[in-house]
Amino acid sequence: MAIVEREPLALTTGSGPSAALAPLGVLARPTTSTGWRSWVTTVDHKKIGIMYGVCAFFFFLVGGFEALLIRIQLAQPNGTVLSASVYNQVYTMHALTMVFFVIMPMAAAFANYLMPIQIGARDVAFPRLNALSFWIWIFAGIFVTSSFVLGGGPDGGWFAYAPNTGVAFSPGHGMDFYAIGLQIGGLASLISSVNLIVTVLNMRAPGMNLFRMPVFTWMTFVVQVLLLFSLPVIALALFLLTFDRRFGANFFNVEQGADPLLWQHLFWIFGHPEVYILILPAFGIVSEVIPVFSRKPIYGYPFMVFSGIAIGFMGWGVWAHHMFASGLGPISVMAFSLSTMFIAVPTGVKILNWMATMWGGKIRFTASMLFAVGLVAMFTIGGLSGVTHAIAPADTQQTDTYYIVAHFHYVLFGGAIMGLFAGMYFWWPKIFGYLLSEKLGKWHFWVTLVGFNLTFGPMHILGLQGMSRRIVTYQETDGFTFWNGVATLGAFMIAAGTLIFLHNAFYSLSKWRKAGRPNPGPDPWDARSLEWMIPSPTPEHNFDEVPVIHSLDDFWHRKYGEDAEGRAVRIRATEDVVQKGTATDVHLPAPSYFPMLLGLSFPIIGYGLIFNLWLCIPGGLLLVFSLFGWGYEPVDNEDLPHGDHGGHDDHGGEHAGHAEEVSVD
Amino acid sequence: MTDAATVEAVAASGHGDVHAHDPHATNTGISNEKLAMWAFLGSECLLFGGLISTFLLYKEKLELFPEFKGRTINQFGAEIFDIPFTSVSSFVLLMSSLTMVLAVSSISRNDRTRAMVWTGATALLGSGFIAGQVYEFTAFYREGLGYTTNIFSSAFYTLTGFHGVHVTIGILLLLVMLNQLLRGKLHAGNAEKLEIVGLYWHFVDVVWVVIFAVVYLIP
Repeated sequence: MAIVEREPLALTTGSGPSAALAPLGVLARPTTSTGWRSWVTTVDHKKIGIMYGVCAFFFFLVGGFEALLIRIQLAQPNGTVLSASVYNQVYTMHALTMVFFVIMPMAAAFANYLMPIQIGARDVAFPRLNALSFWIWIFAGIFVTSSFVLGGGPDGGWFAYAPNTGVAFSPGHGMDFYAIGLQIGGLASLISSVNLIVTVLNMRAPGMNLFRMPVFTWMTFVVQVLLLFSLPVIALALFLLTFDRRFGANFFNVEQGADPLLWQHLFWIFGHPEVYILILPAFGIVSEVIPVFSRKPIYGYPFMVFSGIAIGFMGWGVWAHHMFASGLGPISVMAFSLSTMFIAVPTGVKILNWMATMWGGKIRFTASMLFAVGLVAMFTIGGLSGVTHAIAPADTQQTDTYYIVAHFHYVLFGGAIMGLFAGMYFWWPKIFGYLLSEKLGKWHFWVTLVGFNLTFGPMHILGLQGMSRRIVTYQETDGFTFWNGVATLGAFMIAAGTLIFLHNAFYSLSKWRKAGRPNPGPDPWDARSLEWMIPSPTPEHNFDEVPVIHSLDDFWHRKYGEDAEGRAVRIRATEDVVQKGTATDVHLPAPSYFPMLLGLSFPIIGYGLIFNLWLCIPGGLLLVFSLFGWGYEPVDNEDLPHGDHGGHDDHGGEHAGHAEEVSVD
Repeated sequence: MTDAATVEAVAASGHGDVHAHDPHATNTGISNEKLAMWAFLGSECLLFGGLISTFLLYKEKLELFPEFKGRTINQFGAEIFDIPFTSVSSFVLLMSSLTMVLAVSSISRNDRTRAMVWTGATALLGSGFIAGQVYEFTAFYREGLGYTTNIFSSAFYTLTGFHGVHVTIGILLLLVMLNQLLRGKLHAGNAEKLEIVGLYWHFVDVVWVVIFAVVYLIP
């Protein structure tokens, strides 16, 4: 909350407020816009988006390394690379890393960077809370990963079924790191979901009504709503687990009569919306990429939006299909079978619409488009194996076999990761100001696609042959040897593909520098949405002036009209439509140290809960200090020039008042 | 959540000064802070929904266990709960919603003195409820119902404890508001801040109505 004190006299002096800028006398208001300090203190949604992306990619390498360890262990019968105990930790951490620290934050990176621009806003609704989300998330990631060097990682699988996770069966600290680390990470997502929901609902440019928003923004919005309502459920489950493990509560203590299915229900009520949280951003990205490279508007825009909303709703009614083998009873099983089959319908609508968008289009197979088409194809395979899970008798056979592993890698790697890569090639020039090499991008795509199918295709066969998921090794006589060997080969191909991407990022950068840093221009792909109307890379203030929106794909319609036969005809040159990015008088929220400090306090408290409760005291003090610092720090920096605000003398009282603001979040 | 954030947000949209305190600058006409609070409370519903479900699940199972020596859940509840006492403390909490409404109404009429009185009264009534909960927990503990005693006790203390923590946070927010009132920083122009704290407070009260009915009253 902020209170603005009206003291008109202090306004014009310009010197008064500075004493109040550091009310605690410790951390002066940061002012730099370059160097590490500008990143640590930034509240700019674009910088936060880039930090999400870079950190998520780092975790992608970590999670990929864990995947390679798994595949090396399983390459041959009787593998001895990892002990059973370490193997349990590695597959659990692989899943946690990829789900919570790669796909979710990578989607958050795109959401943060693009969504405000796509709706014509200058930032999200609460810029400091946005920074806070990022810092809490990254510290949660470091916290969970640090478990490896602090006595062993979580080893209960990513869904951590009770009572396996109780102290009796998991005596190390691994599951504590799981429970507390995900709790912290969930807090980050909760804050971010509130923030982005408010941004979409409240911060749209004039004329940008909900049904003129790009599909990516729509899918981001649906995902944030899913997060808002699913996170409290997993938060509750993790609280119960933490209380059981740390304070001796009895929620999952079977000896006391606790019901282990409670955990499964709570987890999957979160967990099934979570899978849509993982895939919908990629769907949104692909829905931006395919129209641009087909030179056609998205086919059936309302159907794309409503199918996304339908997935969001129906995603709440299918969770127990993860539990068909747990003895739910015939009526539950039938109900959840049916709902699971139904949820395939809106997904099918999306697949059809992407294909119909490409149909008759003037398709350019850029690297981005290849990844997008890759998603459509690979996700369809994953979706079809998903429908087989809806049939309960078949699912009972498939539960906890490699068939399941194959299925969710087809939807999460073949779906989500492919979509995210499509987004990276697509928006790279917008974000970093240079184009990635198309040639290397195509190598990246084909190596990844072949490697991916070699890795996860055979797992369908292995699963149907009866190979258990999470099994540490197998015997020669099991007959799993050949396809496991193929899968390991494929995994290394995926790793090679990822290295090509990394090489591409640096190679294209140095080539661009040698060529004298040519600017790719605001609109290198001849695209449709608002982010292409502003220079690349995006200027700090996004828009020189906030555009007024008249239609869906407004930017496209500023460039193109239609001839008598409905074909697109250029009516204005791109240079005449785009903004120059030269405005200097835009008032932006000032950076702050406190989001980072507040975020830092959570892992300290977390370590305290695990190792020594005394550690919670410095953590708690840091929390309180940061909250106070946050509350007493004015939102705007009065020392900076105000540009266009200089003229508003009648509002001067508020200028002075900013320094006196008290805000408590 | 914060007025500061409005300023932040509107400053971000580039016309901070002009609309800084005009809620109609947003697309929905609802200020960012209020919308954020509504969204957050929506999320909280699921948290308490899960807690209440957990409690109900374990309440059902209680009768199966030997420690209960054949008592039904009703008999057990009748022995351990002091319904009249908890009814009084529930009444205290519900009255705090009334004083909260009066506080918001006063500040929107720019009547700071009454706003101070009613905000203070709300915080005081909330503290009274928390004191009652502390007394109740202590009494149960003395009767042998510890947090780790059985699944019922774990579920009971966790559910009511989570609610107690929410009330405590609400009291802290009210104290921050009271402090701002004392320093003359709340007025009709930014009364919405108190209103947003009020939203949270009413939510916590409504949740207690459900918890009181489910835990204490419904057999």
